[in-house]
Amino acid sequence: MATPVDVSQPSETSAPAEDHGHDHPAHLAHHFESPQQQFYSGKLGMWLFLVQEVLFFSGLFCAYAVYRANHPEVFQYAHQFLSVQWGGLNTAVLIFSSFTMALGVRAAQKSQQGLLVGCLAITIACGFVFMGVKYVEYKEKWQHGLLWGTLYNPEEHGEHGGEHGAVAHDDTDHGADSHGEDAGSAAAGHDETTAHDEEGGEAAANADSAEDTATEGAGEAPAAAEGTATDAAVPITPATAKGSELAPPGSAPSGTVPAEVRVEAGEHPPEPKNVHIFFGIYFAMTGLHGLHVVVGIGVLGWILKRAMAGEFSSDYFTPVDLVGLYWHLVDLVWIYLFPLLYLIN
Amino acid sequence: MADTHAGHHDDHPQVGHVVPVWILTAVWITLMVLTLLTVVLAQLNFGPFDLLIAMGIATVKATLVCLFFMHLYWDKPINSAFFLASFAFVFLFVSMAIADTGQYKDAVEARQVDVPVVLHPDEAPAP
Repeated sequence: MATPVDVSQPSETSAPAEDHGHDHPAHLAHHFESPQQQFYSGKLGMWLFLVQEVLFFSGLFCAYAVYRANHPEVFQYAHQFLSVQWGGLNTAVLIFSSFTMALGVRAAQKSQQGLLVGCLAITIACGFVFMGVKYVEYKEKWQHGLLWGTLYNPEEHGEHGGEHGAVAHDDTDHGADSHGEDAGSAAAGHDETTAHDEEGGEAAANADSAEDTATEGAGEAPAAAEGTATDAAVPITPATAKGSELAPPGSAPSGTVPAEVRVEAGEHPPEPKNVHIFFGIYFAMTGLHGLHVVVGIGVLGWILKRAMAGEFSSDYFTPVDLVGLYWHLVDLVWIYLFPLLYLIN
Repeated sequence: MADTHAGHHDDHPQVGHVVPVWILTAVWITLMVLTLLTVVLAQLNFGPFDLLIAMGIATVKATLVCLFFMHLYWDKPINSAFFLASFAFVFLFVSMAIADTGQYKDAVEARQVDVPVVLHPDEAPAP
């Protein structure tokens, strides 16, 4: 029953019983002239799928690019909550898994069954390690309220609770009830309105930042923070705030404190507006990528099972090759995600 | 290209290209070195070139993966052509979107100054 035709499924289905009388390899589907044609067709099909994957991810990369182009300060602020160590570890793990995958394809091409099984197993293990690290990272974000949209409430959690939270909650009566975590954001919005009114709008962002820093500094006892607080108080006056706006951030205009100084003084840089959008983008991009890793683990498991059954050899290794291509693409996406999300200066 | 190997040896596939282990290993080591490099360079401040450098290194890494891990170096050129075409379209997509958003950036910002973002309208204190 030469059923039409799962290219990847060799042997049984195209059993010779009612075949067309010529002898051909068991894995060759009847609508292909030769194993070569079948191989190159399958490969082209896989590449077309990868093209689709690139375009699929590009929507999120586009969202990233547009938002970063318009609000670089959000990215500069928020990336400090991502751990370069974890991200770097995951980069190394994925690159290593790509390496073992490539070795696996080579083993299949050379009919080295044991090596193929070993390489596939290591690749799958790397996939699990990657997801494990992602779990640790996600859990940490979750615990600190560093999430998307309305779930973004860092004030309620961890070290930030002592700084922003205390100030914000004084302004409202929601501190203790179940909606307490929401109150912080709302109050922050309110504060901003006031600031805008006083400064006449344009310089508000800078003034906000300075205020934040000042309150943080006051909240924390250390001597270093005190210096920061006084320094940061400078740009609150409209004149200096205006001056700082003319110069690009970080270029240390006279009369204002460049962002680096405040950071070096042991402070978090002041929080800009709409940080939750960074985490929306972060979770969407890494989430979609993580989903691809999970799917990759699945198909690799399927390939591993078939490899253990001895289905692959130098005569027929197409499925190994094509799944390998998919796995490398997942690696490719991460190669861009890592610097874009974790390594912002 | 790859077909030239056919039939030389039992263990040689009729199709595809068997990449030597030393090439795969060299590519892997290069990728790791480049990863380290991009992490180190990210600690330094090159101003506007930061992103350019990071993306440049990422593109070199991606090219290595494509050429050698994904066999494009030995493959039929049509696969590379399709894959590169996808990036051409991504470039169009992203660059047009950025150019577009740049056109009304000022208007949006001017508006945002007066309209604070309130995540939870119900919870907002009375003005």
